[in-house]
Amino acid sequence: MIKQAGDWLRGTQVWKSIFRHGPPTTARNRTMVMLSNVFLHLHPVRARASGIRLSFTWCMGGLTFFLFLVEAVTGILLMFYYRPVAASAYMDIMALREDVPLGIMREIHRWGAHAMVITVWLHMFRVFMTGSYKPPREFNWGIGVVLLVLTLLLSFTGYLLPWDQLAVWAITVGTNMARAHPVVGYEGPGANLLQVNGIALVHSGDDIRYALLGGRFVGEATLLRFYVLHCIAVPVMAMVLMAVHFWRVRKDGGISGPL
Amino acid sequence: MYLFDQAINFVTSPSVFFFVSIALFLASIEFAHVWTKPKVAGGIAVALVAFVAYASTKHQVAETLSKPDNLPIVIIVALLGFLYWLSMRQAVVNDDRVAAGEPVKEAAEKNRKVLVWPDLVYTELIAMVLCVVVLVAWSLLIRAPLEEPANIGRTPNPAKAPWYFLGLQEILVYFDPWWAGVGLPGTIMMGLIAIPYVDRNPKGNGYYTLRERKAAITVFCFGFFILWLLLAFIGTFLRGPGWNFFGLFEDWDHNFVAELNNVNLSQIIWVDLLGQREPKFWLAREMWGFLAVGFYMGVLPVLIAMTVGKKLFRELGALRFGVVVNLALLMAALPLKMVLRWGLNLKYLVYLPEIQTNI
Repeated sequence: MIKQAGDWLRGTQVWKSIFRHGPPTTARNRTMVMLSNVFLHLHPVRARASGIRLSFTWCMGGLTFFLFLVEAVTGILLMFYYRPVAASAYMDIMALREDVPLGIMREIHRWGAHAMVITVWLHMFRVFMTGSYKPPREFNWGIGVVLLVLTLLLSFTGYLLPWDQLAVWAITVGTNMARAHPVVGYEGPGANLLQVNGIALVHSGDDIRYALLGGRFVGEATLLRFYVLHCIAVPVMAMVLMAVHFWRVRKDGGISGPL
Repeated sequence: MYLFDQAINFVTSPSVFFFVSIALFLASIEFAHVWTKPKVAGGIAVALVAFVAYASTKHQVAETLSKPDNLPIVIIVALLGFLYWLSMRQAVVNDDRVAAGEPVKEAAEKNRKVLVWPDLVYTELIAMVLCVVVLVAWSLLIRAPLEEPANIGRTPNPAKAPWYFLGLQEILVYFDPWWAGVGLPGTIMMGLIAIPYVDRNPKGNGYYTLRERKAAITVFCFGFFILWLLLAFIGTFLRGPGWNFFGLFEDWDHNFVAELNNVNLSQIIWVDLLGQREPKFWLAREMWGFLAVGFYMGVLPVLIAMTVGKKLFRELGALRFGVVVNLALLMAALPLKMVLRWGLNLKYLVYLPEIQTNI
């Protein structure tokens, strides 16, 4: 009965217009699946048995990408409720927890972010332990390092948005170091030497930390800056580099294996 | 139990904990063939779980763990413990196969190609489903933290960075902010990117092995486990109010004031040792620090190239060797500075308020 229904479904014009091949039960059709689907064709048709063994790859790179997608979806949902303005940011987060029925989107978003930091580190650990950064994959390892930093920045910029004590002080501690940036931070090496007639060129009102925070302290302008960085700037950079990263995995010979 | 608790507090005091961890880590590399045996590793895992269960009955540990943002550090330590075992186990097995003249496991699988549909696609699907299940369960069980509204006038004590940056905040205790906050993170990033270009060992590409790349694995794991994760762990569990150290089972005393009398190298040498006043001119005052840093970063690499690093120097050439040795020395500088702080109360080697630069 079910088999008959399945056969009928696969015979319809609609089904055939979407999947241009028979059921993936033969080697030919299993190849067709991979070649005719834009998402699946990120993969090769065939792979080394060692390269897809779970105890070899731990699935960590794939999970990192999946968690990025989870963060994108839940992040968009959160953007419907959240306004990055000091007067309302905290109340919006409060409303998410108190008023939205079955509201666990913020929870999924936050724990997903922590999980992504964990999986990206474990992915790097696996790539190192299997020596997969060695030629011809040197460049892709470098791309991966930048992606790891972007992941940390994504998590860090998002940390401020709930606008509670935890957020404000973690960002205060984290951005204090920018004051000490050589030359462009006002407490950093060499900054006090940049003077004209005794007037400091680099001071707390124009240094790199001021540019980052939009003020001398974490405040209204900081919230908007971090919101834009968190929702637009860093994700776009990460997406571009991810495209390069995945492309190079394929071009550099797929998941690594003994030469 | 009282004695046990006191012993734990002693072991988790900073200097002891740091060196016990380094010793344990080096032992885990040296004796990988012993502890990675499934029975031994299983025993260690049971003991650790029992310890965590016991520790979480302690007031301060429970307090720290009750902050949901502290959970990820526990999760990554647990996961990494398992995955470190998994990779080392496979490395040991492969090394034994090579010693017996057989190809490594991955090489045996190399020529067997499988279709990605269904073998890989289904693995990925299951991984994604499990990931969603874990995330939803985590989200239903633990609410995302939300403290009082932001108040720039009220500083919490201790004010901590997010857990993944706590290693840097810990380094800030020992180094000037320009180095801990800007120089070192940049160096770590550039150093990581440089790894494939300075590691010229062609072996161990695409399979687990320890024997064929022991030095590389030791250095990388030392940086990752000790200098990054251990410091983040210390920052989470052992740093209390006033950024003071507390033993793992000690309650955080908000009135505790540590005696802080850190001094600079110029004072130690000019005043304490030579019994003179510090010279007025900055170059003369800081000459000992400049000599020390210059020797460490400038002369020591040359000495290494001429003695213990002779073979490495020949293999890598001057440029690659210089990068490797300088990165390694910078890595070693962190524990060295910690020792100098704990042993001599040394604040800075070079103290130059004239140009706002300390080392």
